[in-house]
Amino acid sequence: MTTELMTQLGYVVAAGLFIFGLKMLGSPATARRGNMVSAIGMLVAIIAALLDQGIVDFTYIAAGMVVGGAIGAIAARAVAMTSMPEMVALFNGLGGAASLLVGWAALSPDSSTFTLVTIVLSILIGGVTLTGSLVAYGKLSETIGSGAITFSGQQIVNSLVVLGIFGGAVMFCMNPTDPNWLYMVIGLALLFGIMAVIPIGGADMPVVISLLNSYSGLAACAAGFAINNNALIVAGSLVGASGIILTQIMCKAMNRSLPNVLFSGFASVSNEETVVEGEIKPISVEDAYYVLEAATNVAIIPGYGMAVAQAQHVVKELTELLENNGCEVNFGIHPVAGRMPGHMNVLLAEADVPYDQLLEMDEINPRMETIDVAIVIGANDVVNPAAREVESSPIYGMPVINVADARTVFVLKRSMASGFAGIENPLFYKENTRMLFGDAKESIGGLIREFS
Amino acid sequence: MSGAEYLLFILMLSIFLGFELINKVPATLHTPLMSGANAISGITVVGAVALAGTGSETMAMWLGVGAVTLASINVVGGYMVTDRMLGFFKKKED
Repeated sequence: MTTELMTQLGYVVAAGLFIFGLKMLGSPATARRGNMVSAIGMLVAIIAALLDQGIVDFTYIAAGMVVGGAIGAIAARAVAMTSMPEMVALFNGLGGAASLLVGWAALSPDSSTFTLVTIVLSILIGGVTLTGSLVAYGKLSETIGSGAITFSGQQIVNSLVVLGIFGGAVMFCMNPTDPNWLYMVIGLALLFGIMAVIPIGGADMPVVISLLNSYSGLAACAAGFAINNNALIVAGSLVGASGIILTQIMCKAMNRSLPNVLFSGFASVSNEETVVEGEIKPISVEDAYYVLEAATNVAIIPGYGMAVAQAQHVVKELTELLENNGCEVNFGIHPVAGRMPGHMNVLLAEADVPYDQLLEMDEINPRMETIDVAIVIGANDVVNPAAREVESSPIYGMPVINVADARTVFVLKRSMASGFAGIENPLFYKENTRMLFGDAKESIGGLIREFS
Repeated sequence: MSGAEYLLFILMLSIFLGFELINKVPATLHTPLMSGANAISGITVVGAVALAGTGSETMAMWLGVGAVTLASINVVGGYMVTDRMLGFFKKKED
């Protein structure tokens, strides 16, 4: 058996393991083993690649792997779960950069036109992914302002950049020996990544990182065409498909189209005033305790405000006390409750909440009428009934968790300020809503003291 | 048989397969799915090692070394952080 054949068979085995690993990610019970299977697939692929007889010097390969591996290992251990969106954004960017470099290095004087086109694609997608992800990282970590950055003439500048990329790419494919066209495409691709993400506000970053996740896969895919390697094509397209699906889910959860998210920074936002009737009814911790003490079915609706207040551990403690009191407790999780797809689930799992208590929006909504108390912690827009009732509301049509259908609603809130989107919330004025003002962690701590 | 049309054929099949597989991942696992996808996109390391090991100190080799380093961060960091996260997910014990 030739080594070439062994390498190719290694890639086939690796692709099979990636696919099987993703299949096992279909259930929380098998997911961890699935990740292992996928990692073994990667190991097989790397060993297969190292069998390549063109490799004469392993020094730099080993150095790169040791340095990169060490950085990755340290980052993976150190990162806080609240910072996962930043980490994923950064990793998307690194993946894009790696594909850009591979595409660039694959350039040889005897490349065919097809290869040249795929080299341009891997440089283009890789470059946009790199700088776009860095901007997304900056917005998520608030090292740069998280607001949408717009200036007059932005669309004209962007159109010129796109034209420049297209022109440069065509010229490069016709004159592959002149490196200036290549440098022009690289430079403009990097610029375009920045220009594409700066007009998008911080609240839309879950969509952006999902989309960039997809791009990092597509860049690997393009690099696979450039160097004629089907392991890259299979793995890259799996990642590409995953990112696209998550992007769609996020857009649907916000009731917006992808073009609307990507380009709405250019449009002026209309601020409709919602007229709300009714009055705010505050409740004390003691009274809230009496209601909870008598409840047999409680739903907790967390938002990112719960994670900001670092309240997930006390929430878990309250859950246990309620259960010991003979009450059923579930969590209702909106797809955009955290700052990236599935983020809230990870934060609650970290606080030891079992995953079978984490219900998706479509699971909890039909049961809402049977729930005695719905406790809203640090969430606002995702429970806003205006999305169902007020046609003039900017979030009208967005799927929300229908907490108002529960017998009683407790809203834990610091003050009466509007939510992230700055929209008035009629939930606070409903007949069955009680406001528990104060820091969420302290309010829940007070409830726990009442129970014990 | 490694012509362009053969590679495109592979591409088409794996995109369809990807959609089928990922659609079955529950929302609760979407963050580990994304970080796991980060790790898989580190597959670029496989292409980069051949470029980094030519032994000739040309620009292409240095680009390959850079790609090996960046992709290794993705592979090791991505799989480790995904494993760490999935370790949190526990079933309710009665």
